[in-house]
Amino acid sequence: MTSLLDSLGLPELIAAILVLGLNAYVLTGGADFGGGVWDLLARGPRRDAQRALIAHSIGPIWEANHVWLILVIVILFTAFPAAFATLGTVLHIPLTLMLVGIVLRGSSFVFRSYGARDVASQRRWGRVFASASIVTPILLGVIVGAIASDAVGEAASRLPALESARGGGTTPDFATIFLTPWLAPFPLAMGALALAMFAFLAAVYLAVAASDDALRDDFRRRGLAAALAMFVAAFGGLALAHWHAPRVSSGLTAGPALALQAATAFAALTAIWGLWTRRWRVARVAAAAQVSLILWGWVVAQYPFVIPPSQTLRAVAAPRITLLLLLYGLLGGAVILIPSLACLFRTFAASPHANEPAPRWRA
Amino acid sequence: MTDLLAARIQMALSLGFHIVFAEIGIAMPLMMVLAEWRWRRTGDGAYLELAQRWAKGTAILFAVGAVSGTVLSFELGLLWPGFMRLAGPLIGVPFSLEGIAFFLEAIFLGIYLYGWDRVGPRGHLSAGVVVAASGATSAVFVVLVNAWMNTPAGFELAADGRLVNIDPIAAMQSPAAFEQVLHMLLAAYAATGLAVAGVHAWMLLRGGSPAFHRRALGIALAVGAPAALLQPLSGDISARAVAVAQPIKLAALEALWKTERGAPLSIGGWPDAAREETRWALEIPYGLSLLAFHDPNAEVTGLESAPREDRPPVAVVHVAFQVMVGLGTAMALVSLWTGWVAWRRRDVTAQRGLLRALVLVAPFGFIATEAGWIVTEVGRQPWVVHGLLRTSDAVTPMPGLIVPMALFTVLYLGLGAIVVTLIASLVRETGARRVAPTTTAAGGATR
Repeated sequence: MTSLLDSLGLPELIAAILVLGLNAYVLTGGADFGGGVWDLLARGPRRDAQRALIAHSIGPIWEANHVWLILVIVILFTAFPAAFATLGTVLHIPLTLMLVGIVLRGSSFVFRSYGARDVASQRRWGRVFASASIVTPILLGVIVGAIASDAVGEAASRLPALESARGGGTTPDFATIFLTPWLAPFPLAMGALALAMFAFLAAVYLAVAASDDALRDDFRRRGLAAALAMFVAAFGGLALAHWHAPRVSSGLTAGPALALQAATAFAALTAIWGLWTRRWRVARVAAAAQVSLILWGWVVAQYPFVIPPSQTLRAVAAPRITLLLLLYGLLGGAVILIPSLACLFRTFAASPHANEPAPRWRA
Repeated sequence: MTDLLAARIQMALSLGFHIVFAEIGIAMPLMMVLAEWRWRRTGDGAYLELAQRWAKGTAILFAVGAVSGTVLSFELGLLWPGFMRLAGPLIGVPFSLEGIAFFLEAIFLGIYLYGWDRVGPRGHLSAGVVVAASGATSAVFVVLVNAWMNTPAGFELAADGRLVNIDPIAAMQSPAAFEQVLHMLLAAYAATGLAVAGVHAWMLLRGGSPAFHRRALGIALAVGAPAALLQPLSGDISARAVAVAQPIKLAALEALWKTERGAPLSIGGWPDAAREETRWALEIPYGLSLLAFHDPNAEVTGLESAPREDRPPVAVVHVAFQVMVGLGTAMALVSLWTGWVAWRRRDVTAQRGLLRALVLVAPFGFIATEAGWIVTEVGRQPWVVHGLLRTSDAVTPMPGLIVPMALFTVLYLGLGAIVVTLIASLVRETGARRVAPTTTAAGGATR
């Protein structure tokens, strides 16, 4: 079996699992962030019902959804430790800000659900929850955009000069290593895209979960608006990529990536058609497919690099024994985790009382 | 402040913050499952209310534990890229297993917290058991990583400083693995169990319902007291292992400067690094040799045997060690007292002296944990991986680290204050409701 693994490419296999984990995080945790966006933008006569539906849909599953991110990080630093070290160094600032967002979102959500009794503090925690739900996805998109645009890799090549300058001498400019790689048009466009994507996913999921037609229509409209925002951010990003991220630009318009582009477009049209004609479940599957295809489009365009233009999968991969043990651990874990996750989603999905304000025992 | 110091403070703060929630995440689910199990066995509604109140507290504390744990996994790269580059392939394996265990914990905690009327009685109880078991399992894997940092194993050192021929399985079985895992798990059960017991003892002293709090105390003490009693034993195993594997760390925590046979045990005192002596300590002749090697004439290595730049900050380590041992001893003594009362079949809720003692030692476990964590982490300095990689070589080249350090300090202080307020109001609510004579124990079932 191990020789089969080697011919398949162990680093590639682990990287594929890593992206699958990221995909799962985007589809689940990402949608939870999107829920926070709609919490902030709750409007109209059914404002409270919208918020209740969001809280109810996220409640039981968000902790599990969040763990996908931890799994992705752990796979990254186990299998590609040098890449993790580079990302942690060059993207220190956006990663730290993203962490603050994650901390605030997670804790404010649970403070609101379990702690606050009075309306004023509920609202205060709700605002923290919602703002953190906007900031975090933007930073996540910015980080991906910075990696894809070669800027992180180029900044990393200047790090040795910085380290040797510690004892004196000329230090490379702080901004060129720690700010400009991510504080640039293309990464910011990717931040906007991530936010629109998560909001889109959440709106579609919530339209499926809503129990009455008026609430369903609220999220249908929101879903269509988010789809439009996604369209603008994606094409804006693509235009910027032409100048700021040529690798992405050429990668997305060549060979296998082009087929992915076509599939993405098809999924996008299906999702919008599903929303438009109120075929909710079709819309949900198509929306998830569309977002996943965008993610894989980035991955395919960037292959074989973890951090372009210099760190390839093979160059930064951990020794074979580590990758093999990691693979066995993940496969063993999957045997336990997949049925457990199925059990979690089955327990709480498609409930007849989806719009109850809260489970009985919490009242 | 240097960037290295800022990074160390940020990491210490993040770990010191997370470790409290991690301990609670290990022990609290066990207590909540025990309460639910008692309810299902006896039909006694007070146990149900207990299970649900503890579950509510667990939900808040678990969420903060989960996000602060996420911060830590990122901080490994944000602050210590040099460490991850060197050690990632070795310690990543236990970290991934930890990730899987943590995933399981989060999944079944969701089912447990929100599934009271959605899954059957057995399913619900089993979900709780999975939460408790996977919480302990993930702690085991994380501590295996720390044990490796103390006693690295499972590799060969190449001429260029890289680790070659690595064996992650052997790295998980590093010499310190067993005693550190044992010590940490016992600490989690002892600290959490006695803290919860202390809270219920306090409510009893304030006139809470004996019927309700007797049940709470029964479970909390059943979890906390045996662990607190075993902890000194586990500490002895740890200290003897440290004496062999990390003699300089032992010398620092005992503030022993000169290598000597029949070394005395210094209790208290202030280690003066400049004069290389420990002043104002109570010395017990032969005590240290006896404790560290179970032989009164054994030779114990002193700090003098290491060059100054290879020594940890002795005063911090020595004081932290004294605090840990002192508080742990107090917890063991109170647990012994509890055991005596239980053995004599007396009602714990009627023993006001014991209740007061339980209130007193309630915070001791968490303080001792922090002190113990300082002992093992600061005691390993200047190394991040003992004898292999210096902390100063592992730190990120990013300048201005005082800024993220200040940011996380403010964030964690705020979060800590909010959590304390929330838990306090949860506790007050329980107390208030129980005092009211009209509330019956069965009322809990419909809440």
